[in-house]
Amino acid sequence: MSLTIKHLLGLRSVPKEDITLILDTAKGFQEVLSRDIKKVPTLRGQTVVNLFFENSTRTRISFELAEKRLSGDTVNFSSAGSSVKKGETLKDTIRNIEAMKIDMVVVRHQSAGVPKYLTECTNAVIINAGDGSNEHPTQALLDMLTMRDRWGALKGLKVAIVGDILHSRVARSNMWGLATMGADLWVCGPETLIPQYMQEFKGVTYTNNLDKALKNAKVVMALRIQLERQSTGLFPSINEYRARWGITAQRLEKSGCSDALIMHPGPINRGIEITTDVADGPNSAILTQVTNGVATRMAVLYLLGGGREHAAE
Amino acid sequence: MQQNNTILIKGGRVISPKNRLNGVIDVLIANGTIEKTGKALNIAADRVVDAKGMYVVPGLIDMHCHFREPGFEEKETIQTGAQAAAAGGVTTVAVMPNTNPVVDNETVVKFIMDRARDAAIRVLPIGAISHNQEGAVLSEIGLMRRAGIVAVSEDGKSVMDSGLMKNAMRYCTMDDTLIISHCEDPGLSKGGVMNEGRISSMLGFKGIPKIAEEIMVARDIMIARDTGARIHIAHVSTKGAVELIRAAKKDKMRITAETAPHYFTLTDDIIVNFNPNHKMNPPLRNKEDVEAIIKALADGTIDAIATDHAPHTIDDKDMEFDQTPNGVVGLETSVGVTLTHLVHKKKITIERMVELMSVNPAAILKIDHGQIAQGKRADITIIDPSKPWTVDSKKFRSLGKNTPFEGMKLRGKAVVTIVNGNVVYEE
Repeated sequence: MSLTIKHLLGLRSVPKEDITLILDTAKGFQEVLSRDIKKVPTLRGQTVVNLFFENSTRTRISFELAEKRLSGDTVNFSSAGSSVKKGETLKDTIRNIEAMKIDMVVVRHQSAGVPKYLTECTNAVIINAGDGSNEHPTQALLDMLTMRDRWGALKGLKVAIVGDILHSRVARSNMWGLATMGADLWVCGPETLIPQYMQEFKGVTYTNNLDKALKNAKVVMALRIQLERQSTGLFPSINEYRARWGITAQRLEKSGCSDALIMHPGPINRGIEITTDVADGPNSAILTQVTNGVATRMAVLYLLGGGREHAAE
Repeated sequence: MQQNNTILIKGGRVISPKNRLNGVIDVLIANGTIEKTGKALNIAADRVVDAKGMYVVPGLIDMHCHFREPGFEEKETIQTGAQAAAAGGVTTVAVMPNTNPVVDNETVVKFIMDRARDAAIRVLPIGAISHNQEGAVLSEIGLMRRAGIVAVSEDGKSVMDSGLMKNAMRYCTMDDTLIISHCEDPGLSKGGVMNEGRISSMLGFKGIPKIAEEIMVARDIMIARDTGARIHIAHVSTKGAVELIRAAKKDKMRITAETAPHYFTLTDDIIVNFNPNHKMNPPLRNKEDVEAIIKALADGTIDAIATDHAPHTIDDKDMEFDQTPNGVVGLETSVGVTLTHLVHKKKITIERMVELMSVNPAAILKIDHGQIAQGKRADITIIDPSKPWTVDSKKFRSLGKNTPFEGMKLRGKAVVTIVNGNVVYEE
């Protein structure tokens, strides 16, 4: 079995079979990660560059761990800011790095489309670790793995994503991926934080009404509210946001979804988009997501990398 | 640009709607002037151009170009821009004032006109409405007019202070100076890198909504109605803007409008490829807008096709989509794109194309061009309407290779360009 895609740029046009293969492969790596020696030789001799143009802690560490546990050689490159600000073009950066003979590039960048652009500048395999507000496919894949582990199947599963959908690459990747997998996905937030043209996301329902979004949901995912959005006039105040869209135990109970899996891609604004008792409660999968992140990224690296011919032992 | 040789253009189909010429007619050029037109002229000439099967039309006029000089000569100069125009069959261009320094006083106007003297085609400057395009105080509109500008424009942005815009329009009524209005409300467009719509929602890009354009079209129509000024709406890209202009024309207002070839051919769906050569302002819109613009070109609501030729260096455009500057080149593709997508598809007639690309821009700019008639300056474009070719930016004469039409297969091309009786381009 192998993937139809050559790079992981996003989940928008990734077929169901590929997503299923990645999730199934990640299952195998979850088992590897539970061993005493959490390392397999599948990426031995391969060099992976983690190219981060935007601050990131967990995603970068997660990728780095995934690469190391596959025995790949890893190099980290971090630089904040665009080409214009840096004084070196992105193309020059990637070509210089490629000249050092590398195999795969994991890239995060504040501009949407950069992973796609890199496929035009280099022959390396490109994995998107977040581009602008466009996509963050490995996050959505680890989310789907976490959901599937809890509820068995994604098809028909009611998932509610609540918060700043407009600026969220996590939401977009989940919208594409979960729609492909046939989940019953609802997105919810203030009208000004929802993309104006939601009809493009087939199979996704949107509402401003939190109670409707939560009703009988099996998964509730809160997204980080960036505090600076308030000053750009997108919503009146943190206080109003919390009152209308904050995830609390009472809201969950009222909507009949006290057993819903609680997720958050982090970092959390405790007491704003989600209360601490819910984030740390018995149904919280927030740290499980982080653990699954490593297994999922191992699966993606393994399936896209040259280690394709080896099996996950 | 003086030429004493005589040229006889034989056997071509002359299309000059202003004086209702349309048929196989020969044209004799002498001393830079159209000496004679007539059927089967049997006159000796220094040069005979066989135009059988070709359209012989009044020299094309592109009233919205950026030649970047002074200040950005790495992107284009008046010389290279004029070469590109000649290769596209264009004999006159009007160039926008967003140079460095901005064209806001007669010294800069004179500099451009001086450079233009050696150019292959006619280059006419447009002045800024406000000093340094800052929207605070008026530029020296009257002195620039006397020095040779054909219009004023704040191209690249709107004059956001409606009071200043009203003053500019009233001031311009004195000399009947044309105001070319770039319509964009920055409160709505700020941070936007593409059309706001399905695709921007999908890709997570901040969009430039259509209403950012339409609000300012509506405002400028209202100010023009109040002041009696003559306005021209630049690069119309939306159906809503077309409707506003149509209504204003119905009210007999002195308003004209232009659009660019990319607005009647391409839509924002193409942005999923993140190609910076599809990034311009206003941005590519939707199918309904393309259809409305084609209809407006046919029914007279839009008067002119202008390319908004905006050259950038390869390096300027070879980076992150949202970081690249706006703008695409157009001079060397406008004839081919217009013939292929409008004339050959029977959306407009060839006569209408000549109106849109020569007769009307001449009338709007009040310059004595745009017709093939005895005694007129000999600016003539010969077009092979069926010549097949593929857009290849490597062959452009423009320094800007940033075309949105790369690789597009077209039918029809300018093959001879004559300015003031001189052949400035032929293939």
